Amino acid sequence: MHELSVTQSMLEIALRHSQSAGARRVTDLHLVIGDLSSIVDESLQFYWDIVSQGTPAEGAKLHFQRVPLELICLACEDRYLPVGQDLACPACGSAQVKVVTGEEFHLEAIDVERETQLESVR
Amino acid sequence: MSQRVAVVEKILSANDRLAADNRTRLDSAGLLGMNLMASPGAGKTSLVEATVRGLSGRLRMAVIDGDIATRLDADRAVAAGATAVQINTGGECHLDAVMVQGALEQLKLDQFDLLLIENVGNLICPASFQLGTHLSVLVASVPEGDDKPYKYPGAYRGVDALVINKIDLLPYVSFDIDHFRRGVELLNPGLTTFPLSCRTGQGLDAWLDWAGVQVEAKRRTQT
Repeated sequence: MHELSVTQSMLEIALRHSQSAGARRVTDLHLVIGDLSSIVDESLQFYWDIVSQGTPAEGAKLHFQRVPLELICLACEDRYLPVGQDLACPACGSAQVKVVTGEEFHLEAIDVERETQLESVR
Repeated sequence: MSQRVAVVEKILSANDRLAADNRTRLDSAGLLGMNLMASPGAGKTSLVEATVRGLSGRLRMAVIDGDIATRLDADRAVAAGATAVQINTGGECHLDAVMVQGALEQLKLDQFDLLLIENVGNLICPASFQLGTHLSVLVASVPEGDDKPYKYPGAYRGVDALVINKIDLLPYVSFDIDHFRRGVELLNPGLTTFPLSCRTGQGLDAWLDWAGVQVEAKRRTQT
């Protein structure tokens, strides 16, 4: 449970990118989170609503793209999604495995509103 | 009208950058940093005490202790003969690179050979936050149960060595060491492992020798 410090980092990254894009407001954050990264979506949203208050990203919606844990067997090179607690290779039973995906934890993109776009609408 | 801006940045990149700064500081002072992680009660502080006592003739050691509150652990490290700095995280469940940076400033780094950082007792969060140490060590203990590698994969995956503490309790608790080791093998194949007991001293020598060798190896790359 370290969602508070995580949301503070998210805010810093989102505001920095929105500022360099010349945006007025951040409306959406697109996050990619691997299943190994022990992050809880609801908890992240809860803290996000608090830390984003009073910033140009206040009220921005968080979108989570979950990446399942995928492993590769180092013995037979079978790639598989483990079921339950057993991470061993289902094809040959080897315990020598490597993570292919599932450790991701990054901010993929943000949606922003620009000053100029707003004026052109008026 | 909204517009998509590509970011593609790791959420904890700010922490990672500070961790790299910490590493540079340790490198320029020529000391080896070790991050000790474990659940509460596994024996991190006991291992720190045993390490300080066991290596004090050979190495100069500093300890950074992370806890939510109190300086009990730092006091124990000082009593064992180390220079110690306590970090109170005030509720945070892990140490991060910023906290360690602050603690490094309180130490005369070039007077030490080995820095032990005792993380907050927790098997989840510390694994996500790099501190800038050269090595990470997980301290497991027999009474925790043999299912921990299966339940806390993140903690077991990124570490460079594993200590299994309290092996003197093996006859009294149901801990299937083969089941435990298979779980570890799945997550971290070939992981260097030290079954030991800080209480009886059984197995401690292998751990102390390894720590000494790591410091020596660091010195050699330095010069």
